[in-house]
Order: sequence, then C-alpha cells, then structure tokens
Amino acid sequence: MSEISLEELQKKFQNKIDKDVKIEPRDWMPDDYRKTLIRQISQHAHSEVVGMLPEGNWITRAPNLRRKAVLLAKVQDEAGHGLYLYSACETLGADREQTIDDLHSGKAKYSSIFNYPAISWADMGAIGWLVDGAAIMNQVPLCRCSYGPYARAMVRVCKEESFHQRQGFEIIMVLAKGTPAQKEMAQDALNRFWWPSLMMFGPNDAESKHTKQSMDWKIKRHTNDELRQMFVDVTVPQAESIGLTVPDKDLKWNEKENRYDYGKIDWEEFWQVVKGNGPCNEDRIRVRKKAKDDGLWVREAAMAFSQKRNNKAKVA
Amino acid sequence: MNNKLFEYTLRIADDSLILGQRLSELCGHGPILEEDIALTNISLDLIGQATNLLEYAASIENKQRDADKLAFLRVDKEYKNSLLVEQPNGDFGSTIVRQFLFDSFRRPFFEALASSTDESLAAIAKKSLKETKYHLKHSSEWVIRLGDGTSESHQRVQKSIDVLWRYHSDLFYEDEVDLALVSENIAPSFKEIKKEFNQHVLAVLEEATLKLPDNNWEFTGGRKGMHSEHLGHLLAEMQYMQRAYPNMEW
Amino acid sequence: MSNKKEWPLWEVFIRGKQGLNHKHVGSLRASDYKMAVDNARDVYTRRSEGVSIWVVESSNLYASDPDEAASFFEPADSKIYRHPTFYDVPDDISHM
Repeated sequence: MSEISLEELQKKFQNKIDKDVKIEPRDWMPDDYRKTLIRQISQHAHSEVVGMLPEGNWITRAPNLRRKAVLLAKVQDEAGHGLYLYSACETLGADREQTIDDLHSGKAKYSSIFNYPAISWADMGAIGWLVDGAAIMNQVPLCRCSYGPYARAMVRVCKEESFHQRQGFEIIMVLAKGTPAQKEMAQDALNRFWWPSLMMFGPNDAESKHTKQSMDWKIKRHTNDELRQMFVDVTVPQAESIGLTVPDKDLKWNEKENRYDYGKIDWEEFWQVVKGNGPCNEDRIRVRKKAKDDGLWVREAAMAFSQKRNNKAKVA
Repeated sequence: MNNKLFEYTLRIADDSLILGQRLSELCGHGPILEEDIALTNISLDLIGQATNLLEYAASIENKQRDADKLAFLRVDKEYKNSLLVEQPNGDFGSTIVRQFLFDSFRRPFFEALASSTDESLAAIAKKSLKETKYHLKHSSEWVIRLGDGTSESHQRVQKSIDVLWRYHSDLFYEDEVDLALVSENIAPSFKEIKKEFNQHVLAVLEEATLKLPDNNWEFTGGRKGMHSEHLGHLLAEMQYMQRAYPNMEW
Repeated sequence: MSNKKEWPLWEVFIRGKQGLNHKHVGSLRASDYKMAVDNARDVYTRRSEGVSIWVVESSNLYASDPDEAASFFEPADSKIYRHPTFYDVPDDISHM
C-alpha cells in the first residue's frame, strides 16, 4: 500500500465530517481531535459522577416515598450516564482508571455547578429543572456530533434525561403552589441556582478558545452564548408560569430580537469556582476519592478471585 | 385478627424500608460505578416493596394514616424491622454480608408467603420474590468473591459475618402475632424457611472459604420495637422533612 | 493501582425482544463474566431495554481493519446482480 501523506489523511477526515459521516474508534483521526474529545467526554463523564453528590445528599431525607424512589432512580441514572461516557472515552484509548485519577488530582475538570451546595429540598427541584435543563440544551445537539460512540452515548443519555428535568420542575411546582414556607424555599433555590446555571454554558464566545475548531469538527454544534440564550428563552416563561421570579433585574423581553435580554454574568465567580475555590470543590473530590480508595480492596479481591478461578478451571 | 395482620405487615414492610434507606445512603459512594448502580437498584426494589406493603398496612389499619405517614411519622419503638437491617453499612463487605443474610431469609420467606391465603400479601410476595432472587444471586456471588479473593478481603468479610451473624435470629423471631396468622395460613411457618436459609448460607460460605462464628450468642427485639442505637439516627435523617414541615404536600 | 488489577473491559450486547438480534450497546468493567452480566443488566436494561444479554471480554473481539475497508467491502458494491431490483420483470407478473 502506498504511503498516504498526513495532509491527505486530514483532508479525507475533514471531508467525512463535512458529509456527516461519523468517525468510528479505529478510523484515522488527528491527534488533536482525539485529545479534544477525550477532554470533552471525560469532563462530561466526571460531571455526571460528581453531579451525583449534591442530589445524593438529599436521598436519605426525601420527604416521601415517591420522591425518594424518583430521586434515587435519577441519581442512579447519572451513574449510568457517567458510565456510558467513560465507555465512549475508552474507545479513544483513554483508560477509565487514568481518567478518574486525573479528576481526583485536579487535572481534569467537571461542570462547576456541582461545586455549589444543595442545602434545601427545593434544591432538588432547582437542580432537575435548571441544571438538567441546561445540560439537555447542551446534550441534545451532541446526539449529532461527529464521533460515533459519543453520539450514541448522548442519544441514550438524552432519552433517559427527559424525566430528570420533568421531575425537578414538578418538585419546584409543588413547592411554588404550596405553603408560604414552601414557596419561599422554591424561590430561594431559584435565586441560588439561576446564575450558576447560566455559567454552565461556559465563557462568552469571545473568550472561548476551543469553540471554532470544535465546531469544525462537529463535536460542538452551537456556541456557548447561543445555547445560553436558548436556555434563558425557554426557562424564564417556565418560572413565570409557576409564580417565581428570576433573580435578574436586567431581564426583559426584547421584541425586536425575539429573545430575552439578561444581565451581566459574574465571570469572576465562574473562574474562581472553576479554579477550585467554589463552596464545595474540595468536598466533592474528597468524597469521590474516598469512594475509590475505600473500594480498592474490593476491586483487588474480585480480580484475585477471578484469576484464582481461571487457574482452577485450567487445572481441571 | 386485623391488629395482628397490621403488625405482621409492618414487620415485613419495615425490613424493606429500613434496608432500602440504608442502601440509599451509598448512592454515589460505591466501590466502582457499576456496583454503585447495582446497590441502588436493590435499594429501589426495597423501597418499592416497602411502599406496597405500607399501603396495604394503611388499608388494614384504616385510620387516616397513609403509607407515607406510616413510613415517616412513627416513633422508634413503632418500627418493627429486624435488628439486622438497621445495622450501619460499614465497609462494602459488611454491606454485602448484611444483604446476603437478609436475602437468604427473604427468598424462602417470599416463596412461602406467595401462597398466603391473604391475597394482597400473596401478590406482593410474588412480585417481591422475583426481585429478591436477583438480590440473593448478586449478594451470594459477592460473598464468594470477597471470601475467596485476597487475604485482606477474606479477613474483612469474615469479620463482618462474625459481627452480623448475631442478628440473624431476629429475622426468625416468632410470637403470638405470627402464630395466630400461621394457623390461618396467612403467614408461613418459619421452620422450613429457616432450614432453607441455613442450607443456602452454609453452601455459599463454604464456597467462599468462610465460616460461621463459634459463638452462638444472638439478639432479638426488633419485631417488638426494641432497636439498636443506630435506628434512631437513621430515623432522624429519614423523617427530617416531615418533622420540620408537618402536614405539607411534596 | 497497576493495570493488572484493573477489571477488564467487556462489550455488552442486548436482545431488545424475542425475535431480534443481540445488538451492541456499550461496554463496562467487571472482574468476571457473572459480574459482567449482572452489571450489564443494571447499567443497560434499567428501562426494560432487553430480554437477553451477551457479554464478551473486549480483548477477545477481533475486527476488520478500517484501513482495508476499501478492498474489503467495496468489491461487493459492483455485484448488483445479487439484488432483486437488478432483474426486469413485467409489472403484471405477480407473486415474484
């Protein structure tokens, strides 16, 4: 077979992407595409897994049996989603163990929203409604991303997530229609989660260094600001419909542009939280690391057992 | 008879409720993601069972207490779960041994209860039996892996058996409540169930290279509402919302 | 932790319902096949997605080489006579 030049390979690769042909694990791909995908998918996987913690915090205190079962099933789904994504990541040659170690060492990032505390039951509503709502905005277009295993994982995730946002909104809605104490609890949760939810879409487009290349590769299908705008436009009427107030005095409908104008995001806060100075950064990583460390003897035992039994089978 | 049936249903319901609550503490903290999901599934099955059983208990009692009121608004002594299920999770080995002893009891128990003359209990038992068979398979496989894994895992899990075995008799505690219902063929007798329990436990332990403790000392009391210190803390957490915000819809 | 102790990767195949093929759905980690089947059940069939599960240790899967895809698959493209549409049959002939 004749040598194909790198340039030619890259051209063929981009051609495929432009024609919406999916890239599969063993196809040739540029190193940077692989690296960028590993970073993006593993960040996404970590977000699912770390995202289990703020809600997991309330499973044991859920107010009734139905809510307890729903929340448990929801947090379990997040573990599942983390797993689908780690699987997708492994197809790129990124070993799960190593990926998780990078999370624990602080080298890998996850969605900064999970560094905010979940301090009331209403936060379960706000997280489902706003945080999952924002996540879905991001994830739905990724079902069409160029990398096959990632796209397939996202299809699965999106299908399962559809109940997550609904259960969150239901929680908030019941509170908003409940006693004054409950309504106050709901408004307080919205106040605390609104801005961090907007930050979930990442820096403004002008500041976002990876956007252009990722869009060309079709591993990002909309810019951060586009997604953020979509989120604001669908969420504000939802809040109004249940009588809650979005905590943004600059928020107003822009008739001309057919969208909401919203206030300035506190990017200083965003970067502080990303850099590890949020209210819960240390706790989240400590807990995940503890789970892994405490499980070490279990994983070793299971492996030792499997090796023993294989040897026994060979002898017999 | 209704009082006894109510009491008996509560005992079954509370076993599921309290163990489901215990396992739910682990969501997000499992030794590996796959097992985290598996334990949560078991927890969900148990909370589902508890819901069905408490709804039935509420209908027997017929006093304006629904399943949630029964689950969240009784005081410690009114919970009738066995001592085994309220024990803390401990390490993964201890969680698995607790589950294994419980499942070893629950499988033959639900199998027998499925032919109860009480149709509601029989129906709940039939549904729960399917879930329990899987739980037992899962916990038995893990006991074998950990028992015959590394020397560390062997020691840890043997220690858990030594500690938790003393609570297994509470699962088989029998008093006038059971006896009256046994005579009506509503409740199964524990005699056969205990035999099957012993057989399964011994077979698995043998394969796992583990053994029962020499000390036969045992505790009972859960069915009469006499619990360990652990239950109070579990309830304080579980009941927090209902106590802090009484009489609200969620 | 050394690589040797990490649980191997398994590929999971699920039969959606009786009468359908098993289809690849993803992968997971497990120390032995029993655990792989259990884990597949909990990870991939939480919403009744399946009635049967296959697991294969990923290291036991062998695949065609994507670099040879052209020589491997394209020769079949020209054998259009294998498809029923290649043949002309008058419209008024039925049951064919």
